[in-house]
Parts: sequence; C-alpha cells; structure tokens
Amino acid sequence: MDYLTGSGAVHAVDGVSLTLRRGEILGLAGESGSGKSTLANAVARLLRPPAVVTAGSVTYHRADGSATDLLRMGKQELRRFRWKELAVVFQSAMNSLNPVTTVGSQVDDVLRAHDRSMSTVERRDRAVELLRRVGISADRAKSYPHELSGGMRQRAAIAIALALNPEIIIMDEPTTALDVVVQRDILREIKALREEYGFAVVFITHDLSLLLSMADRIAVMYAGQLVEHGAARDVHDHPRHPYTLGLLRSFPKLRGPREELLGIPGTPPDLRDLPPGCPFHPRCRFAVDACSAEQPELTEVHSGQWAACLAHGPSYGPVPVELSAGGSR
Amino acid sequence: MTDEVVLAAENVTKHFAASRGRRFGLGKRPPVRAVEDVSLNLTAGRITAMVGESGCGKSTVARMLARIYPPTKGRILLRGKEVTDSRAYRRNVQMVFQDPFASLNPFHKVHYHLARPLKLHGHARTKAEVDEQVAALLERVSLTPVEQFMHKLPHELSGGQRQRVAIARALAAQPVALIADEPVSMLDVSIRLGVLRLLEKLAREENLALLYITHDIASARYFADDILVMYAGQLIEQGPSQRVTDDPAHPYTKLLLSAAPDPDQVDDEEDTTDHGEPPSLISPPSGCRFHPRCPVALPTCSTTAPLFTALADDHHTACHLYDPATVAG
Repeated sequence: MDYLTGSGAVHAVDGVSLTLRRGEILGLAGESGSGKSTLANAVARLLRPPAVVTAGSVTYHRADGSATDLLRMGKQELRRFRWKELAVVFQSAMNSLNPVTTVGSQVDDVLRAHDRSMSTVERRDRAVELLRRVGISADRAKSYPHELSGGMRQRAAIAIALALNPEIIIMDEPTTALDVVVQRDILREIKALREEYGFAVVFITHDLSLLLSMADRIAVMYAGQLVEHGAARDVHDHPRHPYTLGLLRSFPKLRGPREELLGIPGTPPDLRDLPPGCPFHPRCRFAVDACSAEQPELTEVHSGQWAACLAHGPSYGPVPVELSAGGSR
Repeated sequence: MTDEVVLAAENVTKHFAASRGRRFGLGKRPPVRAVEDVSLNLTAGRITAMVGESGCGKSTVARMLARIYPPTKGRILLRGKEVTDSRAYRRNVQMVFQDPFASLNPFHKVHYHLARPLKLHGHARTKAEVDEQVAALLERVSLTPVEQFMHKLPHELSGGQRQRVAIARALAAQPVALIADEPVSMLDVSIRLGVLRLLEKLAREENLALLYITHDIASARYFADDILVMYAGQLIEQGPSQRVTDDPAHPYTKLLLSAAPDPDQVDDEEDTTDHGEPPSLISPPSGCRFHPRCPVALPTCSTTAPLFTALADDHHTACHLYDPATVAG
C-alpha cells in the first residue's frame, strides 16, 4: 500500500503489506513519523484529504468466509462496517470522548446508532455491563469524562470500542498518556478481554518494550516502510534488522547488569527527502556501499520472520553476528 | 570532583489554592497539597533522579527548585544560603523543560535563544564575544556544524535538536545546578539515549549538579547515581540507584518497578489485581498516603504517617514496615 499526502507528495507509507490473523495481537512499532498511525487510519478508512491512498488494497475476511476490499467500500457499507466489525481506540481518551455527555450515554449512543433493534432498557443494561467489563463501576456510568481519571477515560473508550463486539480493534497508542501502573492494568484488561471476546488487535505504539510482552507478532516500521516483522519472541531475541536491533538496545533494562547501550546515531529522515536505497543506511552501523544504491526487499530470514535488509542478501557476505540467530541480547 | 552540596531543599511544601471544589462549611476552599515536606540535596557532579507517576509532585518540586513557584513552607538553599535575588539565583540554577516544541520561541533563531541568557547574565558583552560563546555552546551540545545551526528557526530542527538547544540555553547562564524535567519523554526512542548521554557528560565533565526528573525508572537506574521516589506529594524512598531498583524497600517502589514493561521478564504469575490510582491531593488519605493501594498495609498505616527510616547510611524509606517502633510494637 502506497499513498501520498498533499504538500509535495510525501510518501508517508510506502509499499507496506501486513496480515492480521483472527484473534491475534499485532504490534506495530515505530517512531513518530514512521507512518504507523497513517497506516492504521488508512485501514480504518479514517484518512482525510490531503492524505490519499494511491495504491493497494485492504482485504477484510469475514468469519463466514466472504471477503471485501475496505478501500472500495461505499458510504453505506462503511457505515455498517465501522464499529460493528472494526473499532478504534485513540491515543488520548480526553479528546476522543465527548466532554459534555456522560460516558454511559456515549456507550448508549454507539449502540443506538448501530443497532436499532435494542430497546432503551436493553441498551442501558448493555452499557452498564460493558463499563463493568472494563472495570468501571455502574454508578460511574453517569459520570462526565472530566470526572474520571486518565486511566478510567481510556477504559471507557475501550468499552465503547467493545460495544458491538467487533472483529478488529485498532488501538493507537492507547496507554501512552498513562502512568506505568495504570498502563499495566489496562494492558492486562485488554489481554483478558481478547481471551473472552476473541477480537484481533492492532496495537500501535512507539514503545517496543511494551509490545514485546503484549503482542503475538510485531511489525517494525521505519520511514514509512516495513523493515521487519515476525513473532514477538523472535523479534526480541534475534532482531534481524539493524533498526530493530538499535531500538532494542536504546532503552535501559530494569534488571540485570548495566549493559552497554548502543542507541541509534542521527535523526529519523525527512520523508520529503528520503536517502536513496535503504532509508536507514545513513544511521546504520552495518551499512555497505550497496545500501545507498539498492532498496532492500522484505525477505524471510527465519521461519515467519521477515526483514528488509541487504545484510541478509547474497551480495553482503557473512551476516553480522548481531543480526543472526547467534547474536542474542 | 567535590562532594559539595550545591542545591538543597529543606522541608519544602507547596499548596495550590483550588479555584473550584467543595467548600467545607463556609471556610476557605481546601488547597491542593501538591508537595508535602520534601527535603533533598543535589551534589556537584552527581545525577539525582526523581521518579514517580504523573501528579505525584515531581514537577512541582522542580519548579520550586528553579524558582518558578515559591514554596508554601520550607527553604531552598543554594550553597547553604537562601538567595533572595532572583537573577543571581537563576544564574546558578537553570531548568530544561519537557516539551522542546513549547519551550523555544518559534519566531527566534537558535542564535537569539542562546545569546539572550549570555547577555542577561553578563557573560558576554560585545557581539564578537556573544558569537564566539554561542558557537562554543552549540559545540558543547554537539550541534555541529555550528554555523549551520546558529541561524535555524526552531521549526527547522527535530525534537532532539531542539532539546539540545534548550540544554545549551540553560548552560549559557553557566549554572552550577541543572534541573531537567522529563527532558526526553517527548522525544523518539532512538534519540533519547543521545540526549541523556549529553546530560550525563555535562554533569560529569562540568561538575554540574543534575536533577533528572522522569517517570521512567529504568532510565533513572541507568543514568542516575541516586534515585528519589515520590508518591502523592511526598518523598517515600531514596538511595543509590542500583540499590533502589535492585532491592526496593517501599511497597510503592516495588509496585512501580514491577509495572514497568520488561521484555526480558514476561509476567508469568498473572497478577490480575487492580492496583488503583493515585489519590486526590485535595483530601489525601490519612496516615501513609499509599495505604489504600498498599498490599501489605498494617492497621497503623491508615492512622499514622510513617517517618523516614534509614536502611543503610544512604538508603532511606518512609514506611511503617521498616520502622523499628512499629515492628517492635
């Protein structure tokens, strides 16, 4: 999928292909400007001009076996699809909740708009039930968003996303604004709800350390491109792309001996003026001449683990030990 | 390196007048008790980290130390003396703010931001002197080539570069103490390390007393010599960073450490208890402020506030569990 935005045609996301399996948690990691939110918004059909999808497709496979291209859905179809089958939890619940109505009525609102068959009493009961499921007591249903703490608001936003039992929930940095203790409680809640309802989650974050304990699979984006994806364990234990390796060695560990932190030199590239070849090569310590000429393709390095790096290609010579199975952290 | 205490806070307390909220009877509105009775010492050449959740008062402490807020009670001593002249104080104590997008005036070039403190504090008088020192400052924060960065506007810089300008601006006053309030939390993961290393280098090489305020206890462990843990406006534990993180004493420190995402230790025991949220600072819990969330609370915790107990010469905590009086009784 490739698409451009207005001013000077910025390739915010370039040729990314990903699959989300039923009931799995897919972690999408990357720095700000790497295109992870844009990708998610494109999938949810939330992009507004000047952003346009220029190529690609998003295929949604229903449980009954039928498939639809989301990018070709009409208005009516989209209205039926959104929230019933795909819901979104945004980063700051402070902005995504309506400040002038109670959280209970906001859950009610979703139910009323999408399911005409429910009676008022049924909707009220369901709203209370949903809030209870995410850990908000019934008497809080009559609270306004400003009366709730940040964690509670995020829980309310999750309850609203769950309202119609969607197949997919996209969570765009759902816990970034929260404290670690509250964050952990909410992540646990999400995992428990996933067990219960069986929805799939696209979990977007810049915090790779969080994904490693949360996601089943991880996809890492850099400068609008997918640079690595694979099972969470594999990506953590044996990163195959130098960028993933750098990210993993950028945050200090909480336990064990103080190890040398590598970090990544330089700054993320300007999307209007990407370096030729591999977009990461100016910051890469394994870069060779070919990296500035040839754009690497995603290749399967290890079963189920894909990386876009020339170091795994035939022309590079021996793969650096850090990027091979021997180079565990 | 001297072990000189440069900046000290003695029992500082900060209450903010609440403009809204319940009035008990017809009396004054109760204040927000943001910081209660905090004492700390900053030593030349040492990095002290202050960790805690948002709303625990760590930024308020920083702002009192930087003289942005006057303390309600208590004293702030610069080299053992109370300083009344604000400009003299600020020449010695400078602050780096969290958000480099908000702390630099978007209309002024980098040169202006750095030249102003030089002139205000009388470190440079002629234009040649100013230019020379601005260049030297940029050099110190590794913004090279200097000539190129001098004439840039903030919007032309990345977040990490802006934060370096903010650090250079703080250094321009030639301070003895630097207060960095979440200096990297707005930055991308891959560039955080570079900015932290810069701060570390400055503290060591220029003998600065650095207070590093953060919610990320893992980075505190890595960069700081000492850690102070705050909860609900009070200091609850302090000690050498390695000791506090490897062998925490206070139950809150333990909770904070266990909540931090740690990819190397995917939580095996599914601890599904909800840990609650920090208390209101308008009417904080009686006794120990942590007791409603504390897994090991004693009956006395809800009635009596714990005092600081020494576990070792340099490791102290405020918890009844370690208080010889409580344990004996």
